[in-house]
Amino acid sequence: MAKVLIIGGGGAGLVSALSAHEAGAEVVVMTKTLPTRSQTSMAQGGMNAVLGEGDSVANHIADTLKSSAGLGNEKQIAFMCENALDAVRWCNTMGLPFSRDASGEIARRRLGGASAPRACYAQDYTGLKLLHTLYDQCLKAGITFLNERFLLNIIVDEQSNRALGATCLNIPTGDVEEIRAESVILATGGYGALYGRHSTNSVGSTGDGIAAAIRAGARLADLEFIQFHPTALKSSSILISESARGAGGFLLNAKEERFTDELGPRDVVARAIHDEIVSGGAVYLDIRHLGEKFIAHELPQERKLAQIYEGIDPVHDLIPIKPAAHYSMGGIEVNNECMTSVSGLFAVGECANHKTHGANRLGGNSLLELVVFGRHCGKNAAEFGENKAASALENNQITKDTNYVNEVMSFSNQIDFYEKQETLAEVFYTNVGLVRDNSGLNAALDVISQIKKELPLMGPKDKSKICNTNLVEFIEFGNKIELSEIIAISAINRSESRGAHYRGDVPARDDALFGAHTITWKEDGVLCTNLMK
Amino acid sequence: MKILVKRSHEEEPQGYEVDFENVTLLTILNHVKTKVDPTLTYSQGCRSGVCGSCAVRVNGREVLMCEYKPRDGDLVEPMRNASVIRDLVVESSAVERFNRMANTWSEASREGNVSEEAMHGIETQSDCILCTACYSACPVYAVNPDFIGPFALTRVWRYVSDPRQSQSDAKIAAIQTSGIWDCTLCGECVPVCPQGIAPKQDITMLRTKSSMLGYMDPNMSFGGGLDFGSPMF
Repeated sequence: MAKVLIIGGGGAGLVSALSAHEAGAEVVVMTKTLPTRSQTSMAQGGMNAVLGEGDSVANHIADTLKSSAGLGNEKQIAFMCENALDAVRWCNTMGLPFSRDASGEIARRRLGGASAPRACYAQDYTGLKLLHTLYDQCLKAGITFLNERFLLNIIVDEQSNRALGATCLNIPTGDVEEIRAESVILATGGYGALYGRHSTNSVGSTGDGIAAAIRAGARLADLEFIQFHPTALKSSSILISESARGAGGFLLNAKEERFTDELGPRDVVARAIHDEIVSGGAVYLDIRHLGEKFIAHELPQERKLAQIYEGIDPVHDLIPIKPAAHYSMGGIEVNNECMTSVSGLFAVGECANHKTHGANRLGGNSLLELVVFGRHCGKNAAEFGENKAASALENNQITKDTNYVNEVMSFSNQIDFYEKQETLAEVFYTNVGLVRDNSGLNAALDVISQIKKELPLMGPKDKSKICNTNLVEFIEFGNKIELSEIIAISAINRSESRGAHYRGDVPARDDALFGAHTITWKEDGVLCTNLMK
Repeated sequence: MKILVKRSHEEEPQGYEVDFENVTLLTILNHVKTKVDPTLTYSQGCRSGVCGSCAVRVNGREVLMCEYKPRDGDLVEPMRNASVIRDLVVESSAVERFNRMANTWSEASREGNVSEEAMHGIETQSDCILCTACYSACPVYAVNPDFIGPFALTRVWRYVSDPRQSQSDAKIAAIQTSGIWDCTLCGECVPVCPQGIAPKQDITMLRTKSSMLGYMDPNMSFGGGLDFGSPMF
């Protein structure tokens, strides 16, 4: 029986786990917290699928392709959309408590950029309920969980370019461990947390798996494409779901006038909000006219969060909002089997680039992607492991990583990394945010290069071996720095505007020069980059 | 404002003086960790009340740090009924252990239409974020560490009463020992739930369902007759 190691216990990881288990593999899921604490719990809007009349799979494909602004792969998008109905039915048979419409069918709502209401939802808790339903099914299947293991590196046999497992820090004990497997799936989520207080993401979305992948020799694709959600709460960047606009919410400027089509694609709406904030100082989401009964039932989470974080009640007040970093379209490059350029190393979900979202993701397509590709990836990883057993090759990764952790613990601490982390987040929001230009991007790159040089002068101040979250956060910061350099360089090189990547100095799309993916990889530690079809 | 935090290496709580008003406890601890004392150890995630990472006790009562706004002199302590790993981080294996014991999963959920009203019946129960506030508040663990407990029993009721489920007999059988009858119906789990779930009520529903299937309260059959399920502590 092949052993499949899955790194990450969010939606993508758990779907892959169930699928690999069903294909006969022994499955181990390693997560840096607990599975139910992952980013997926925060997804609100829904999961796209064509269920009824008045919509078609062809329309779903066309909407997704259009939104991807030339960087979506038509075959991959078709694969996702054609399997959407089956994915939603599969979730239903597992017990996901979808909301229902008057006829008793799974209820759907319209999200931005969609030509029909096709986001199947469970109130505004779609991600939470999907995640918990999956977790319960994993318990039923007897899947092994290794919780509170923080990924350090993928173990790769350099001779054969074959993944053999991974090393991790056992957070409670402080020990470095290795887990060997026939195949490894990265399902570690995106890198939105590098925008700090300007991100809707969980603090754990630090791109650990993507950084580990490029260190392991895998290629990354399109890291410059980061989606900004149009409506995050102004002071905390906490997400207010697109479903609030789908249900008829308005966007108002400082004069309390509408200024844009609320249901345009996210990149367009977010930039319109950005421009209004720059010129008028504020933008609000107005859902007062939807009424208390509707808000209390359909948007309970939004109401609670606005009350806690902005001190206002959306039933009676305008909600102050701003765009915030929300989703990483870029990620680990994978083929149509979800395998990376390292043999036996797979990636799925937000950490991967399945080329389904291209330059801009549609709301409701990320939960769909993780279910469709999770099922595909788990099965492929199990089959790969079954056909190509990994021999017990000697590998010194665990020794290297044990030494690395010891070394980090003795770093000099002349410079406070939390302060630098805030600097990075501010520079990224301003210079690598919704509107970018060459000089701003280069200034960001200078800041990154400086921080990179200074890393050995930072380090954890906490010297405890047991449960050292200061150490974990420092290594996460290292991953953020590693990825931020790639993002900035990719954004500088892409001297055009496309989807979520908008260059104020080059506002036009240029298919002749840039109608291709930004591929990045490392050779002997040196970052290489190229545009490839 | 002064916040007191129970640290694992000291008997006396540590005081942190902070200059904040009307912000969440999590915002304050993040300030302390990044600006004052990087050794302060706690868990966090979504900042928005859905991941269940940041549950602690404030002045003896369970709260989510990302939703609670503290007052001067508040005492922050780790959750109960679990061993402390460090400061406010506790060992978390109870989630997996009790959910497995209670078979908290769908056996087979039928396809086809279901009415809005029928689904409303499990809406609140399926809002659970597994923060374990109810588990920490439950007094039964002092006498029975194997008690399946409030979050897992609510989860059982969520699946048993799902209108799409057909096979629930095995689930009911699995919660007869160290399960529904061990609950004292004291109701401590109800007010601490950040999602407004009432495990006590779900346990009562499971008792009724069990009685209909012919199960009996084992406490009653020992001839006591006087124990009406009131708390014994």
